[in-house]
Amino acid sequence: MKLPTRMKGSGPDAHPGEDTGGWLPAEVRQAWGRLPEPVQRFALPLLLVVLAFFYPKYAESLPGAFPAVGTLVIMLTFTMMAVGLNIVVGYAGLLDLGYVAFYAAGAYTAAWFASLQFEQVSFHFGSVGISREAVGIHISVWLILLIAGAFTALAGILIGLPTLRLRGDYLAIVTLGFGEIIPQFVRNGDNIFGFDLTHGTFGISPIDSPGFGKTLEDAIGVPASFQQSFDRAQWFYWAALALLLVTVFCSVRLRDSRLGRAWIAIREDETAAAAMGIPLMRTKTWAYAIGAFFGGIAGAYYATFKSGAFPSDFYFNFSVFLLCMVILGGIGSVWGVVVGGLLLAYLDQEGLAKLGNAFSDVIGKQIDVPKYNFGVYGLIIVLMMLFRPTGLIPERRRKKELAEGVHDESLYDAGR
Amino acid sequence: MDTLRGLVPRSIVSALGVVFVGLLLVWVIGNFAQSPSEFFNVFLIGLTNGAVYGLIALGYTLVYGILQLINFAHGDVFSLGGLVASTMILSFLDLSTADSAIVIGLGVAATLAVAMVFSSVLNAAIELVAYRRLRNAPRLAPLITAVGMSFFLQNVGLIGWGVEYQSVPRLVSNSVAFSLGSVEFRWNKLAVLLITVPVLVGLIYLVQATRQGKAMRATSQDPEAAAMMGVNVNRTISFTFVLAGGLAGAAGVLYLLNFTTIRYDQGFQLGLIAFTAAVLGGIGNLSGALVGAITIGLIEAFNEGLTWYTPGSDWTRSIVFGLLIAILVFRPEGLLGERTPEGQ
Repeated sequence: MKLPTRMKGSGPDAHPGEDTGGWLPAEVRQAWGRLPEPVQRFALPLLLVVLAFFYPKYAESLPGAFPAVGTLVIMLTFTMMAVGLNIVVGYAGLLDLGYVAFYAAGAYTAAWFASLQFEQVSFHFGSVGISREAVGIHISVWLILLIAGAFTALAGILIGLPTLRLRGDYLAIVTLGFGEIIPQFVRNGDNIFGFDLTHGTFGISPIDSPGFGKTLEDAIGVPASFQQSFDRAQWFYWAALALLLVTVFCSVRLRDSRLGRAWIAIREDETAAAAMGIPLMRTKTWAYAIGAFFGGIAGAYYATFKSGAFPSDFYFNFSVFLLCMVILGGIGSVWGVVVGGLLLAYLDQEGLAKLGNAFSDVIGKQIDVPKYNFGVYGLIIVLMMLFRPTGLIPERRRKKELAEGVHDESLYDAGR
Repeated sequence: MDTLRGLVPRSIVSALGVVFVGLLLVWVIGNFAQSPSEFFNVFLIGLTNGAVYGLIALGYTLVYGILQLINFAHGDVFSLGGLVASTMILSFLDLSTADSAIVIGLGVAATLAVAMVFSSVLNAAIELVAYRRLRNAPRLAPLITAVGMSFFLQNVGLIGWGVEYQSVPRLVSNSVAFSLGSVEFRWNKLAVLLITVPVLVGLIYLVQATRQGKAMRATSQDPEAAAMMGVNVNRTISFTFVLAGGLAGAAGVLYLLNFTTIRYDQGFQLGLIAFTAAVLGGIGNLSGALVGAITIGLIEAFNEGLTWYTPGSDWTRSIVFGLLIAILVFRPEGLLGERTPEGQ
């Protein structure tokens, strides 16, 4: 039996105006404090967004350590998945070790509805950069992002309904199980009673590109199809940035909504939340569905960027990679997860190789650092959990939970 | 059990369960009728694999029983144990099939001892470094740490032994020891059983009949009460990890003897399968882990070896994990487990 240790730390509402800018000189802080409230709140994010928006324009002149625009597309997409995962893990406190299943679902939705896969039919709706005579289903990629989100959310609900009543660690295992089954299903899915659903280990490729179509291209000069456009990476980058911003916006708004407060209540103490009248199953299922929704969109977008969905991408390792982003950034903290996601995705795509080269130059021996990437992520997870469980940018509330010790003793079936 | 109450009436769930088990029986009997001798050979393969899974599954169950922690890193302790054993056999002892039976026997015994000690120390060190600090943290914190630890250990194996499979000579021959009818008992399978059974008997004796075992059982029931009764809880937990690590090391050696190859990332997959076995039998329950492991071993072997209406090895993992999900959803207490107020 464990008693909640309320006495440790300070009271639950002790710091309304916590002083976060301690490293700035006092005059600067005072001047900042005199600015109108909206400026204080939005100036910094706005500046970052503007800097991010023009990144492709000045990327060339930056030193070599900065990521290429093409890398940034991947970074943004992975970060979007991490923000989606943060809704499940961070807000609702449901450890999901099979998030890669949602990524797979999104990627394959894009592959089914925007490729030559189903050659039995020929259906076109708003697709760009592809001949009208091409077989297969070709729906506009913008629409597909929504379809993929909806389909993946549905998958999340279907997975969640039977499993969300399970206690935390059992839930983690069940999601892991789904995360292992779905890739195998995809790999073996080229012959389901004679029907080729997923094209097996080869994956489905090519996938149609997003774009604005011929009419808009002629009218205002935006590319008809991103893949065929001259500066392909830049357009994919802007679309990814927009998607990430929408995800972050939704994520922040959800956190402060009634649903978000219910999630956090469940995370803190499931029994107390249930006693306060929060419907546990429905609230958790919503967390799953919404987390899956963003994962599906990101998966579909990444598939169109790579122009393919391949089963070799969907491994348990990737789920842990996303989890590592959430933990590094700060469980439950949106901005933390964005930072953690960008940082880790950068390391994964470019950073480790560059660090490895620099390191090899210093010691004069070639070491293939990216080969050990998951060892690095594993180490990051362990070190963060041991020494800074709140993450790089802690969510204030979560910090208090950890300081006080949460009373989340094993309750097998609190939904009863 | 009303996990799905409100969605599906309980009677339908039970009926579906009965139908499913019935179909399974029909499938097993059908395969048996096709070719009884083939069936028994596959059965023996399943039993041997099940024994190796059992040793790993016991490690999961022991640790879960005492800390309620799914020790994800356990599978990687197993593969590191196997890798150390491969180095022992290849470099230190330089055993080959040409050596006499006595040399091989002693060499295997020495390898077993080294691998078990190594894995025990490693497992206890993991607990000390990574889990002990988190004992009062929210429950998911050590679980996440364990996942991270697992990846870290995998990469230790990768750095130490590289991506290639480490292959050792087939020390225990796979020739037929004796046969009953057309059922063949092979030496390597027999050796696995011959090593597993004494280890298990020893373990059960240790947990059931010794003072240390009593301390373990007390700690698993209620650590605070156990501490008040004079049990050194920290030492008991360390001891449990030592024990679990030793079993994983033994499993690594047996795996190596049976299949002759091992690689840094095999522990993770096997660990998940063994964990499924532990859950199937009822996690925290020692004999349950064995029953579950043998069941899983048989399911795998049947799926991969039998021919009559069998999905085949492409689907093995899906079947194992499908089973895991079904068990967790419909019968989380496992085959042999009992539902306790703590929700074990």
